[in-house]
Amino acid sequence: MTDRVLIIGGGPAGLEAANQLNLLGYKPVIVEKDDTLGGHLAKWDRLFPEGESAEAVLYKLIKPVEHIPVYLNTVVEKADKEGNLFRIKLSGGKEEIVSAILVCAGFSLFPAEKKEEYGYGIYNGVITSSDLEKWFKTGKGVNINNPSKVGFVHCVGSRDEKVCNRQCSKVCCVTAVKQACEIKEKFPDSEVFCFYMDLRMFGRKYEDLYLKAQNKYRVRFIRGRVSEVSEDFNGKVVIKAEDTLSSKPLKVSLDLLVLMTGMISNNSTEDISGILSLNRAEDGFIEPSDTITKMYDSGKEGVFLAGAVTGPKTIPETLSEARASALAIHNYLSNKALQ
Amino acid sequence: MIVDGKKKIWSDYQKDIPDDHYFYVRSCIRQNFFPASEKVFLDIVRDRLGLDFFETPHHTTCGGIAYHSDSIPQETLMTIVARQFALMTEAGYENYVCSCITSFGIYNEIINTWFHYPELEAKIRELLWEASKREFKIPKSVVHASDVIYKLRNKILENGKYKLVDKTTGEPLRVVEHIGCHYSKMFPSKGVGGAEYPYVLTGMAEAWGGTVIDYPERRHCCGFGFRQYLVQANRGYSLSNTHKKFESMAPFKPDMIITNCPGCPYFLDRWQYVIEELEGKTYGADSRGIPVFTYEEVAGLVLGYDPWDLGLQMHQTAVEPLLDKIGIIYNKEDKYKI
Repeated sequence: MTDRVLIIGGGPAGLEAANQLNLLGYKPVIVEKDDTLGGHLAKWDRLFPEGESAEAVLYKLIKPVEHIPVYLNTVVEKADKEGNLFRIKLSGGKEEIVSAILVCAGFSLFPAEKKEEYGYGIYNGVITSSDLEKWFKTGKGVNINNPSKVGFVHCVGSRDEKVCNRQCSKVCCVTAVKQACEIKEKFPDSEVFCFYMDLRMFGRKYEDLYLKAQNKYRVRFIRGRVSEVSEDFNGKVVIKAEDTLSSKPLKVSLDLLVLMTGMISNNSTEDISGILSLNRAEDGFIEPSDTITKMYDSGKEGVFLAGAVTGPKTIPETLSEARASALAIHNYLSNKALQ
Repeated sequence: MIVDGKKKIWSDYQKDIPDDHYFYVRSCIRQNFFPASEKVFLDIVRDRLGLDFFETPHHTTCGGIAYHSDSIPQETLMTIVARQFALMTEAGYENYVCSCITSFGIYNEIINTWFHYPELEAKIRELLWEASKREFKIPKSVVHASDVIYKLRNKILENGKYKLVDKTTGEPLRVVEHIGCHYSKMFPSKGVGGAEYPYVLTGMAEAWGGTVIDYPERRHCCGFGFRQYLVQANRGYSLSNTHKKFESMAPFKPDMIITNCPGCPYFLDRWQYVIEELEGKTYGADSRGIPVFTYEEVAGLVLGYDPWDLGLQMHQTAVEPLLDKIGIIYNKEDKYKI
């Protein structure tokens, strides 16, 4: 046995698990395919429901693990089980021998251009929630200039059979409400519309944010899906939708349309599940051995799971799961040591 | 507008269009609406470009117009289509090309239905055998005639005499493209460019020198929509659809409209006159209307056909201002020759 644990993915789940494993006396090693740690959190500005700084949260996650080894721009190419150990071949010719593996490969954002009718990548005024968040954070990426009318389309690539994604992404509803409020903070004279199927305000204080959006910021919530997007002679985005509560079709000209892109299984999940022989569900996310009591258990001895690799999750859920996985690894390695 | 984004989608929706050897079927209404279009199509592909397009006088309507107006059940429609396929099989062809967009949708819908419900295909084979002692093969390829012209667009340009360019300014003509709803809205992968940003007519217009306008109601129905017009009480709805499109495209100042459906050019053309009578408003530059063409007519103009041999005298909205703008030579006196 060795006390080394390989963590695949350096997002919130991987960072938190690394910290917990380190505190438990193990030597975690992080492999991250990108050139920075933090995953999607590193690109985000503020977090729901209270507008916490994403940068401050990320700092809290990275600071305790600054000393642990990290392979950036690196992926796992091969994993061979040798007794109780795994011999891991990494890209770049490096090798690690570890006692356990924690898969925290996270998620990808749905590519909005697949919903062709919304015109992402075609019309200048159509952006994604990720683009907007980057603009909030850096002021770069998209051109937003004092918009008078802004629309948000919920469930873009989520709960949508047409694009083969039936799952709810959980976080988009409250993210749209958060971003709608932020737009009103920056541009108080703007009119903001949210086009939704259902508003799933499941978390604590989410409902408060939703009420604040209505009462303080006068965001207009319209239950109905946008059917098509086009551009008028003045470059404004023209959308057609249905208000299903009043049973009326709508046509609105907007300066900016924000598509709330959902969470889909990470592009790299297919690779890593193949290397480690993990089961993937129909939606592409990895299937744990028990979805009620052992979300962290891959069903393969010595291989554990945490975070959005098993489905859409909020950051607090991801962090809780990372701690649970660290404890499960500790129990696994302790039992092995006793044997 | 981000043109590269559209190019990306266009590249995703390319379909296989065979080079040659087609079994051609006509539309049941186009010959009344725009009588020279199908003749010109066959003339271009056969005589000008030397391709093999077989046609038989034994073929009938596909039944689509009756199906979409709820006059015949699906099994009847399928048996009519099976007979068309039998004629193709008997003639020794495997590539099926139709003139009508409704038919194109019908053929794709039926082939797709048979794929998912083979027992239904077996039943239709029995019905066809009982009725006519015919058998059929499903075509290897079903394309619309506009797909063929799209594929040949550069050859047409090479052999062309005119371009879609303002002869005075040298600027590209501003073209509205309008595909028939049944071209790709039911099966996006069956249309060149897909359903949201179809390229079949755009590709022709651009190859021949024009520039295409994207306007808010581009995807909207022309106004035909079967029961919108076939049920007399609904005709106001048909007209309001067309009116909505013209109001939307007007700020972009289009020079012309190009279509690939039997109904679209008819309604976009004729309703302009009705709108003028009802509202006193005439669209187009100098309030002379926006001329509406079939893709065969535009191909014919590019190739230098006499406008009156193309049947352009059958249009409600006058085409002469556009012919003059391009610089097409024609004899005004011949417009009403018999």
